[in-house]
Amino acid sequence: MSDIQFDGVTKVFGRGGKPFTAIGGIDFHVNDNEFISVVGPSGCGKTTLMRMVAGLETPTDGEVRVGGEKVTKPGPDRAVVFQQFALFPWKTVRKNITFGMRSRGASKAERDEAVAHYLKLMKMEGTEDSYPHQLSGGMQQRVAIARSYATDPGVLLMDEPFGALDAQTRTIMQEELVRLSHVNPRTVLFITHSVEEAVYLADRVVVMGRNPGKIREVIDVASTRKAEKWSEEPIDDVMEMPSFTHLRGQVWRLLREEMGEDI
Amino acid sequence: MRRDYGPLWPWSVAGLVLFFGIWQAVVSAGLVSNFVLPSPLEVLDRTITLLGRPFAGYLLHEHVFSSFMRFLGGFSLAAVIGVPLGLMMGRFRLLEDIVTPLFEGYRYVAPLAWVPFAALWFGTGIGGPIMVIFTGAFAPCVINAYRGARLVDTYLIEAAQTHGAGEFRIAKEVLLPGALPSIVAGLRISAGLGWQSLIGAELIVVSSGIGYVMVQGQSNLSPSTVMTAMFVIGLVGLGIDFVLRFVEARVRAKWEGK
Repeated sequence: MSDIQFDGVTKVFGRGGKPFTAIGGIDFHVNDNEFISVVGPSGCGKTTLMRMVAGLETPTDGEVRVGGEKVTKPGPDRAVVFQQFALFPWKTVRKNITFGMRSRGASKAERDEAVAHYLKLMKMEGTEDSYPHQLSGGMQQRVAIARSYATDPGVLLMDEPFGALDAQTRTIMQEELVRLSHVNPRTVLFITHSVEEAVYLADRVVVMGRNPGKIREVIDVASTRKAEKWSEEPIDDVMEMPSFTHLRGQVWRLLREEMGEDI
Repeated sequence: MRRDYGPLWPWSVAGLVLFFGIWQAVVSAGLVSNFVLPSPLEVLDRTITLLGRPFAGYLLHEHVFSSFMRFLGGFSLAAVIGVPLGLMMGRFRLLEDIVTPLFEGYRYVAPLAWVPFAALWFGTGIGGPIMVIFTGAFAPCVINAYRGARLVDTYLIEAAQTHGAGEFRIAKEVLLPGALPSIVAGLRISAGLGWQSLIGAELIVVSSGIGYVMVQGQSNLSPSTVMTAMFVIGLVGLGIDFVLRFVEARVRAKWEGK
């Protein structure tokens, strides 16, 4: 079981200086193997929220529990995919993918198998011994995603993982992620700026507001996706379906209200 | 902008020829007594002599060898302690705050100033010179490892943490490789300072070494021997720098673009 429970989670920044409340009391539950997208205006604390699950930040008040255990520090049960890929430049693709596996003490055979599995899944066979700088941005992020999946975490945390990619690559990656989470269901917290992306990927979309950061609304997508069989259609077709545009519009309106005069 | 004079090595050679030429001419013309300033040719002659005839117990290259071993001892010790300390200071703010004031103070105490204590603590054993060389070579190891570690992207460290790496693995697989270009640059500076500290170190050694040759040359009233030792010190220093420059270039070439 790898559910996430936010219990009155508050985060105040600014030791010494003027305190700034990034997150102002969040209560929320993410089910095991549920895919949650988080959208919100800049400064709403969505990245902070994710970092607290990762154990990279500590809540000022309240607590985050993953699988019932209070989060106190980072760990391989909560692998993060970063916007900047964060691959180790001095390690080959193979060594990058198996980085988290080695923390768990996976055997050489297991590691070789995982490398072969993920590279095949991502259509990147033959790149085992390349270094990250020899790969395109899209391929680098595939490797980063493979690294996190291979670590076999209960929870995957993704902080705008496709934010640095061009539009086409991004679309391909979104499709691949849906495929991957089918083959390999995980509890996912996915932070994004893109409303389309949020709706396309998630079971539920969390819309956040700011000053202080809080949850404005939670929109269910899973039932619509299932009823309309999104997963059987290519991404471009899904994004033109009325069921999709309806949800997208709903999220957009909420977001627009939250952004206020910034738009 | 600096003016372009075409290929540079002919100018370097010309500079050397001119320097040694004037030096030789001044001594040959009798403007300065060769007891006050031995001529380049005398030094060369003395060098060749000392390679074939023991002075102060050993041949010249044997003295150089024992000096070099002491240097390696002190330098390696500085690197083995300094680099991990620097990396840890870059990683942990608390350690940085604790070490920095002590470190800043120590940096301004010349390696030579440690000679009395080196003698007091280690007598004439191998420990004394190693300690003096260590004090000369230590600072750049720490500073460059620290700076290099600070420049490692935070998200790489976070990626390592969220994929289960402990502190030792972060140091070994993230901080060390990330800081490597800076560390190697530091080792080069460190080797230079360590080698320079050698003479100070060898003032307290009684049996062998290039610094010992100088001391003996002085007491034997042989300026050409002293000058020969200086010449050899410069030459070996140049050699050490050449090797480390090569290593540095290789590391940079391998790291750039990654």
